[in-house]
Amino acid sequence: MSEVPVTENAGGAAPAGDPLVVLDKVNKHFGALHVLQDINLTIRRGEVVVVIGPSGSGKSTLCRTINRLETIDTGTIAIDGKPLPQEGRELARLRADVGMVFQSFNLFAHKTVLENVMLGQTKVRRTEKAAAEKKARTLLDRVGVGAQAEKYPAQLSGGQQQRVAIARALAMDPKVMLFDEPTSALDPEMINEVLEVMQQLAREGMTMVVVTHEMGFARSAANRVVFMADGKIIEEAEPTQFFDNPRSDRAKDFLSKILHH
Amino acid sequence: MNVLLDYLPEFRDGFLGTLAITVSSALLALVLGVLIAGFRVSPVPPLRAFGTAWVTVLRNTPLTLLFLVAFFVVPQILFQGASPYVLGTLALGFYTSSFVCEAVRAGITTVPLGQAEAARSLGMTFAQTLRMVVLPQATRTVIPPLSSIIIALTKNSAIAGAFGYGELFNVSKLLNDKGYAIAWIFLWTALAYLVITFSISGLFRLVERRLGVAR
Repeated sequence: MSEVPVTENAGGAAPAGDPLVVLDKVNKHFGALHVLQDINLTIRRGEVVVVIGPSGSGKSTLCRTINRLETIDTGTIAIDGKPLPQEGRELARLRADVGMVFQSFNLFAHKTVLENVMLGQTKVRRTEKAAAEKKARTLLDRVGVGAQAEKYPAQLSGGQQQRVAIARALAMDPKVMLFDEPTSALDPEMINEVLEVMQQLAREGMTMVVVTHEMGFARSAANRVVFMADGKIIEEAEPTQFFDNPRSDRAKDFLSKILHH
Repeated sequence: MNVLLDYLPEFRDGFLGTLAITVSSALLALVLGVLIAGFRVSPVPPLRAFGTAWVTVLRNTPLTLLFLVAFFVVPQILFQGASPYVLGTLALGFYTSSFVCEAVRAGITTVPLGQAEAARSLGMTFAQTLRMVVLPQATRTVIPPLSSIIIALTKNSAIAGAFGYGELFNVSKLLNDKGYAIAWIFLWTALAYLVITFSISGLFRLVERRLGVAR
């Protein structure tokens, strides 16, 4: 849990920020399937938490509950001290502060790359068009796709699309960024360009929740690794400890399968 | 042949009458149809229920019955002294809106869910998501069925003629009553309808091609 002592070493220092995202006894069912079982998780400001686990373990669902793309049955989720409101304007306001990056990019297909990064700024934040465009171009340059600004998403490679998606989320100045398997739909040679952008974000102190299968990223960028299986958090540890010396059998089994194939 | 030349002003008025009621009720049907489609996919249960009821009632009622209601019941309650044009537009527009709604809703379901999820993750409201992200992408799918619906509306407008509104069918009935050969009257009436329906399909083809390029 949040009390897990995290020592400063290779995996990355744990920032001592205040709790930003707090999940308390969260439960969710998909029909008969109990996908989230009494999940308690606290993410502190500036912390990078990587969620790993076998498929079907509930990690994507967990990520999606944080901005209420999935509703929960019982328990509470609070962001920056405020519990998630019901569907409506209140929730929309809160979602604007939570960046989300999807496995399938989900860039707006009918808008150019630039318009994708501007839309939230102008329509939700009510930023002036000129200011929004300036910021969008800066962000696109930062993620390395500035030259593609006038193109449509379908004209970009997967890696470029995902970097645009990250820029689109960053344009809202989010308090926390959620990544739901951001590299799972990418060709292998494009994974690194996306991970590099994420590494950079992590170094800059962005609070991040990352659901991923990229163990290298987990090792190098995470402050904490959360291991999930069958809807439960089985183990939480600082990355070196988790990868070199997992405590639970479930984690040992999982790691043995993915690390030596 | 003579009947057209002899009664050219009548045919012209009939043609313009059909055109006018087609345009006005098509506009009404499009606006209402999109709005009700929005209701039907909204997260608010009462709105969804209203949308479903709207479609169920209007789509399953015979159009002639709707005209009867529009011409004999509606003026008793509101729109006292409304012209046949207004009442006919209401009946046709409301009826067709239920079909437009379903075509639009079908289009909405073809837009990947992730598009709406991404919009809402940015903090856009449901209405913003629908208007700025989902509907623009649904349009391309909706155009072909919409074209058929509006053409059907054009032909349905003949029922307004039976209720005393001056349009093509009304004119052909008038001339037939005067004893002219029905075949010629039908031929000219049919050609006039074809002018309108071909224009509609041409217009929609144009829109479809324009949207195809835009991406």
